[in-house]
Formats: sequence, structure tokens, C-alpha cells
Amino acid sequence: MASAPLLSVEDLRVGFVTEGGRVQAVGGVSFEVQPGEVLAIVGESGSGKSVTAQTIIGLTRSPNSRIEGSVRLGEEELLEAGDEDLRRVRGERIGMVFQDPMTSFNPVYRIGDQIIEAIRAHRDDGGKAEAHQRAVELLDSVGIPNAERRVRDYPHEFSGGMRQRAMIAMALALDPELLIADEPTTALDVTVQAQILALLQRLNRERGLATILITHDLGVVAEVADRVLVMYAGRVVEQGTLDEIFYDPQHPYTWGLLGSLTRMDKPRPERLPQIGGAPPSLLDLPTGCSFRSRCPHEFDRCGEMPGLDARLAEAPQHRDRCWLTPEQKRERRLVDGEIGGEPA
Amino acid sequence: MGRFILRRLIGMVAVLFAVSVITFLVFNVIPNSDPAQRMAGKNATPELVESITKEWGFDDSLPQQYLTMMRKIFTGDLISYSGRENVNERIVEGIPETFSLCIGAAAIWIFFGILFGYLSAVRAGGWLDRALTALAVIGISMPVFALAAIFLNYLTYKTEIFPSGGYVELTENPIDWAYHLILPWVTLAILYAGFYSRVLRSSMLDVMNEDYVRTARAKGLSERRVMRHHVMRNSLIPIVTLFGLDFGALLGGAILIEGIFSLDGIGQYAYEALSNVDLPPIMAVVLFGAFFIVVFNTVVDIAYAYLDPRIRLGSSANG
Repeated sequence: MASAPLLSVEDLRVGFVTEGGRVQAVGGVSFEVQPGEVLAIVGESGSGKSVTAQTIIGLTRSPNSRIEGSVRLGEEELLEAGDEDLRRVRGERIGMVFQDPMTSFNPVYRIGDQIIEAIRAHRDDGGKAEAHQRAVELLDSVGIPNAERRVRDYPHEFSGGMRQRAMIAMALALDPELLIADEPTTALDVTVQAQILALLQRLNRERGLATILITHDLGVVAEVADRVLVMYAGRVVEQGTLDEIFYDPQHPYTWGLLGSLTRMDKPRPERLPQIGGAPPSLLDLPTGCSFRSRCPHEFDRCGEMPGLDARLAEAPQHRDRCWLTPEQKRERRLVDGEIGGEPA
Repeated sequence: MGRFILRRLIGMVAVLFAVSVITFLVFNVIPNSDPAQRMAGKNATPELVESITKEWGFDDSLPQQYLTMMRKIFTGDLISYSGRENVNERIVEGIPETFSLCIGAAAIWIFFGILFGYLSAVRAGGWLDRALTALAVIGISMPVFALAAIFLNYLTYKTEIFPSGGYVELTENPIDWAYHLILPWVTLAILYAGFYSRVLRSSMLDVMNEDYVRTARAKGLSERRVMRHHVMRNSLIPIVTLFGLDFGALLGGAILIEGIFSLDGIGQYAYEALSNVDLPPIMAVVLFGAFFIVVFNTVVDIAYAYLDPRIRLGSSANG
């Protein structure tokens, strides 16, 4: 952790004013991304992971949103950046890939033209032929066969997996320092998912491309992440290295997520365990721990919000928001000798 | 493309045939429409009526009469019952006035409809949007004759800025041509501009929520480029549809506007023919109007394929 972080997010809060009141989508999130690392942000729908990611490059800015805290890319504060400064960061320094490759390309323009447009938005001095050549190279580099020819295709002529590859190619068009991939595999077939993950891993290794991977799929996390942030109801409830989160999870929510994974190495249970109940409404969060209404281990202290603290002497970077003692956690997280599992 | 056009041509002929048959039959069942009776006058003797009937072939069978009429339309020999004038010639004379009115008005309403719709959508919820919305609602709800009356009162009778109507040939004096047409253009355009700006606004607001618009922002395009290149292009599809249908329908004659501003175009001719229950010009005017509606429908379909590459003409069963 000696090097300066590439991206540092501090106490980020994002609220949206709606007709029903103010929705606090993100309620104070802090994390750093080091150069070259893959940070996974996991959580279920509505946990604030996508809003966090989109806020980094200012996509949630609107008259109805209230954004506080700090997002620094190197020395530059992005939350304060003017439209033109922010525009330069987008695409040029931070590339972004979205969930649904079917709808993320404009259907009326050729794939190649959309990539060229991204290049020329930042390099207005370069010629069109140069940008075209670059688009072909990019498509080729993400594994599109016949890139020379396919660059002239329309999005509907690409399969879902190819479109996501092309999305990644477009996000990489200007050699950004950071790639934000918001559920990049969720809309794809399982076999195609594996290919896209392999591609992301290769880019990370070959180019040292730092990546924020937003997902709800712990299987994806296990494949590619260096560090993991578990989000719940707009807050980080646990963070640590991949091994820490998978082999020594501290927060009951993380146990639930891990318990609901299908495993190849164990006999298949009758029913997959699930976390009972639903996440609290972000319009009106309960006091104290936001997970307590669904937590089988709730006790008196949960009425008070636990801080995101390091509670293990041997792992100072492993933090969680749960009042249980480490001993209690190690004992209670096991159900039938397994982490997670449905509490009896 | 070739097969698509061929198929559409066959469809067009079928539609025009149906329209002509229906018009012909309707005319023959409405009461008091016996042309011989009308041509002979109020106090005509039965002998006169009979001789007119024979002379004009009104005693032929209906299919025979229909065929004769259609043949005359295409050979240009169709004579009206009431004025005994050549119908085709009258229509050809009316074309410049009607087309001048429609094309000029269309240019104005497309320009302002798109401009106001764009501004409204980009500033949705702001004061400019509200002001433009109010204007559009007034434009849409104001009846054409009321609007025309207001314009004529203030701009013609009280201040004499514009002429009250009439037509000057474009080839004769282009400035005078435009000067005489400004009021009818504006009157006609206001209704459509209001409507188009509302349609474009809502279409743009829909498109702005599309994922690809977010992608466009995320890759660092300027807001202006996102709006013009990504949002506008996709929002124009409903506008193209509307325009094709509205413009096609108007070329068949704008009855109210032509009447108010003394333009002797197709609409005016249609009005005369209807008041005289005069089948030949009714038939010709109806077919003339239907022809443009059908043609512009096809133009709209071709424009779709140009605007949206996912649409392939003639490749699918319904294409």
C-alpha cells in the first residue's frame, strides 16, 4: 500500500430527490483503487454499487441528485470538476463498460464509427483514417474475428458476447488508467461470461489496467478480483482481500452471500440457502445496522451503527461493520460446517 | 429494394382502386344525388331529365359508369356535371397554389417543431420548457379559422402589413409569391409545429434514458454531441412518420386555409365539388389526395430503413 492510489473515494454520499422523498442510494462509501489492481464491489440490486461507480465519472449528476464527499483521480477532484474537465476524464482516463451490451450501443451507428467517435472526442488532431485503423486494432485485440470487416457492422449484427467485447474495446480506446465494469457479464450466457472475464483478466495483466468490477456474482469475483468490497443498503459492510472475504468472512451479510453460492465441490443441497427478507427501503433507513432486520444474529447493540473497522489484529486491512466479536463470528457463521447456510 | 417497391406499387394500386369504388358507391346512394336531375335545374321537365340521362350515360349499369369515369380520369377527358369544365385541367391549375402552401408551411413547421421540441427536451422542467409547452398547447388547440381571423384582423385589416390572400405565381415574382403566402403558411404551420414539438420532446426524453446515451456520455462526448448525434437521430423516427402522413394528406388540399386566404387550390376545388354534389371532381380530388397519402406512406417506410439499420425493406414477411 506504499504507492499513491490511482483513485480514492472518501465518504461518498449520493441521494436522489424523488416524489416519495429523498433516496439515499449511497450513504458514505470510502475506498481506494491502486494502480493495476482489480477491485470487486459486490452486493445485491439496490445496494448502491452501480450508483457509486457511475458517480465516479459524474453520470449521476442531475438537478435531482445530491452528491457529497470526495472522488480523487490522482490529484484531480472529480466531484468538483467542471463539465469539460469531467468530459476529458471520461473515456480518456477512465473507461466504462455497462451491463447490457444489447442496449449500450446506439443501434443506428456502425460499431466502428462509435469507437472512432470515442477516439475523436479526445484526439481531435488525429485523422479519421488513423482512428479507423485504431478501431480495427482495438476490435482485434479483444478477440473479434475479421475485425477489418466487422468494424463496419451495426450493433445488431454482433452477438451479445461480441458486443460486450466491442464495448470493452471502446472503453479501452484511449488507454485509460482505470476501467469501471458495471456488471459486465450479467446479461451474457455462462460460457460467454467466462470469455469476457478472461479478457478482463488478460487486459489487467498485460496492460496493468486497474479495474473496478461491479457485480452481484461472487463466482465472478472469485475469478478475477484482488480485493473485495461488500456493499449493503448504500454502505460498505465488509472489505478485504479476496482470500479474506472468501475464507474468513466477518459480516453476516457476507456469510449469506457466500452461503447462497452453488458449489461444484459439495453435494447439491435440496434448496439453495437464501437470505430471508428484503433490503430496507433507501427512503427511510432504520437506525443502527441496516442489515439487522434480516440478520439472524441480531442483538441489543445492533441498534447502534457499527463503524467499518478492522477488528482482527492479524488483518488490519480487513474491515467490517458488525458488533459481534471475532470469536462469535467464527463460531456462528458455520452452518453444518459450512459458511453461510440457512440458519435453522 | 426493387421487390419492396414493386410490392408497394401493387398495394398502392389496390388502395386507390378501393378508394375510388367506395367514393363512387357512396355518391350513388346518397339522396338527391341524381346528376341528371341536378343538371336539368329545379323546374325541369321529365323529358329534359331523360335526355340528359341518356346523353351522359346515367342509365348505364353502375360498373359501366364507373369504368367510363375512371377511363376519363386517366385520359384527361373528365367533365364536371355542374360547371361542364375539364376536371383534370382544374386540378392541374390548382396544384401550384396548394403545393406552394403545403411546402412552405411544412418547411416552417418542421423547423420550429424540431427547434422547440429540442429546446424543450434539453431544458425539460425549466422555464423555457414550460413556456414552449404553453405555446405548443395554444398552437394545437387554436382552431385554424380562429387563428386566421386573428391574423387577418391585426395584420391585414388594421395594419395592412400583409395581403389578405390571393396568389402570385412564383415564376412571376418570387418575393410577391412569398409575401402573399406568409399568413397562410404561418397559420397552417402553427398547429403542426406545436404538435411536432410535443412529440419530439417526449420522444427525446424517452431516448435520453436509453443505455446508449449513457454510453455516449461515458466515452467523453460533449453534451451537445450526445444530444445532437445520439438522442436526436433516434428521436426523429416518430417525427418522420407524422410528417409523411401529414404532408401527404395536405397535398390533397387544405380546404379551410385555402378558403380563408382565397387560394384557388385543390382544397378549394374539393370544397366546390362537395357543395355541388358533383361526382367527377369529387372522384378526381379524392384520388389525387389518396395518391399522395399512399406515396408518402411508402416514402416513410423507405426513410425508416435509412434511419434505422435494423429495419430491412422487403426481407421479412411484413416488410
